[in-house]
Amino acid sequence: MYTFGIDIGSTSSKAVILRDGNELIAHVVVPLGTGTVGPKEAREKVFEISGLTPQDISYTIVTGYGRMNCDYADDQISELSCHAKGIHYLLPTADTIIDIGGQDAKAIKISPRGQMLAFQMNDKCAAGTGRFLDVMARVLNVDINDLGPVSEKSTRPVAISNTCTVFAESEVISQLSSNIPIEDIAAGIHNSVAKRVVGMALRLGRSQNVAMSGGVALNVGVVHAMSRELGCPVLVHPLCQSAGAIGAAVLAWEKYLKGEGKVS
Amino acid sequence: MSENATLKENTAATDTAAAPAPKPKRPKPKSMIMLGEQTNALFENARIAKENGEKVGWSASIFPQEIAETLGLNILYPENHSAGIAARHQADPFLQECEGPLGYSNDLCAYAKVNLAYASVLNGESNVELPDGGKMIKPDFLLLTNNICNQLTKWYENLAKQMDIPVFFIDTCYNAYDYVTETRVRYVRAQIDKLIEDLCAFTGKTWDEERFKKIMEISQRNSYLWERANNLLDRKPSPLSGFELFNYMSAMVCNRGKESSTAVLQQLNDEIEQHIKNGTSTFPVEEQFRVSWDGIACWPYLGHNLRTLKKHGINMVASSYGKAWAIEYEDLDGMARAYCFASTNGDNATTMIARRIEALEKFGCEGTIYHVNRSCKVMDCQMMEVQRQISARTGIPFTSFDGDQADYRNYSEAQFETRIQGLVEVMRQNKEAISNG
Ligand code: SF4
Repeated sequence: MYTFGIDIGSTSSKAVILRDGNELIAHVVVPLGTGTVGPKEAREKVFEISGLTPQDISYTIVTGYGRMNCDYADDQISELSCHAKGIHYLLPTADTIIDIGGQDAKAIKISPRGQMLAFQMNDKCAAGTGRFLDVMARVLNVDINDLGPVSEKSTRPVAISNTCTVFAESEVISQLSSNIPIEDIAAGIHNSVAKRVVGMALRLGRSQNVAMSGGVALNVGVVHAMSRELGCPVLVHPLCQSAGAIGAAVLAWEKYLKGEGKVS
Repeated sequence: MSENATLKENTAATDTAAAPAPKPKRPKPKSMIMLGEQTNALFENARIAKENGEKVGWSASIFPQEIAETLGLNILYPENHSAGIAARHQADPFLQECEGPLGYSNDLCAYAKVNLAYASVLNGESNVELPDGGKMIKPDFLLLTNNICNQLTKWYENLAKQMDIPVFFIDTCYNAYDYVTETRVRYVRAQIDKLIEDLCAFTGKTWDEERFKKIMEISQRNSYLWERANNLLDRKPSPLSGFELFNYMSAMVCNRGKESSTAVLQQLNDEIEQHIKNGTSTFPVEEQFRVSWDGIACWPYLGHNLRTLKKHGINMVASSYGKAWAIEYEDLDGMARAYCFASTNGDNATTMIARRIEALEKFGCEGTIYHVNRSCKVMDCQMMEVQRQISARTGIPFTSFDGDQADYRNYSEAQFETRIQGLVEVMRQNKEAISNG
């Protein structure tokens, strides 16, 4: 039996097909989010890779920022519960998840069965989110995917004191103009994201089993900064970006088992 | 409702073209009609009084209203008025005027921003069109206590200077303890006595002890009825959609010492009891979850808040906010004592947490929604710790969202929806765990 999970984010679309709720058949990440061709592409690609068709799917769950605009799913579930399930699937020992998405950052406490117990989300401001890093990478003229490796070369990270994206941007520009090496600025940027998000995560209590999900987890600079701030290692799975979609597919399986079968 | 149907409803909600025809509106309950008449009378009487050469005042929302009532003074309430402007989506030009030509900071309380701009129009210094025709007429004096916040104090000082009018003021101090010392009662009482004396001298009115007693009886009756109406929401399912109670707050804020409020609140109680008797509710869908609301209403998005909650069958049955006006005291000493405590913003964290835990239990709440209100820093400043301690002690989940009581620019619909959905998912799980033993 197959289930389909799709995570339509603000900046990317992730699609996953699972067999019997546990075997990952196919997964796709398209770097285009809600309102673009991204969700459609992700869906088409994942079927292409798996060799399946939508008729083979028993249950579909959509999650993410664009979840309200999907007409083929059987249900929609918040990205909070989906990341909880998805990370539990990928990293079963984790009890706290930090997910940094394009628009928001969240910290989620989960039960040993991967159920969400409590959560915290950032305020409206973009600081501490993927968008913040995008803006900073542009200012530094560094490809967003290189920001992490570049920052790892830093020996003297600068302090970025502003929590506001716009103010932090001008802070970074002024550091650039004082000829501070890019790697030190990049490291400072990662520290500032980590400080902000860790502050939020600690409101859920301390844990030694923290995992990161979402695309930003692929940035080693952020992960290292995060683990320094938390005082413990941070688990990252190579499929962290797809955690939300995987969680959606797992939840789809659970719903299917409960008898909330395919309705279409 | 099947999961699929839920999804369809969600999808349709974002597509206005495909939206079904709106349901016919439920007729207004009699208590609401009475409330509307009372509000009109408040403004109309103030206008007539002014025309007759009497002095009219503006007052902070938590001020001993019975003083003005005893003296027969006409008083209007800027906070309440600003909330109304915000709820009707008319705040924008006032916010622009306040932050622009008037030069106030964007960080100011939005009630203050709206009112300072409105006052500036009344004072002939600004040109914003007044959507209500200027019914908030220009004051001759101001009534103020600092039990709500100090920003209010500065706001009123500015009004006083701008319009060259006096502020009659009571200093109440912050409550570091959960009791009030007699010294403090005497300190506040002495100020009340002086305030009455000065107000009489300024307005030409006289203090009548007998009338005060009568007003106090009315006010106490109203407090009782208000508290009672709030408490009736402890029934399951609740007979009322909890947000509706916010509408009735003006009966307590602006008219607490008036018999017209007794009539409104009595009628409201009767209507609620009728619902209980009939097994009906004004909450339009099946009540699946009961939550408490912490903080001031997010007036500019009350509709969106309600729609989102309704979609998930969430009824807000308890709020710390509305109850702030159920204040009990019988005489001037009692008044002094009560006003040392009369605002949640003056409470220490221990008192605040204890009250909320009591309410969560009494009303059978399964979750709490905290409004992190950008306008009201005092209300937010203890919120994180309050959240943490309450959820640790009760295990009741919560979510918080960023919003504003009157500045519509400080809110994101998508963020609110995600947080509420997350809360629902946790509450549903807890419910299932209970029903599975
Ligand atoms: S800041 Fe808060 S307490 Fe002060 S006037 Fe504004 S809403 Fe009221």
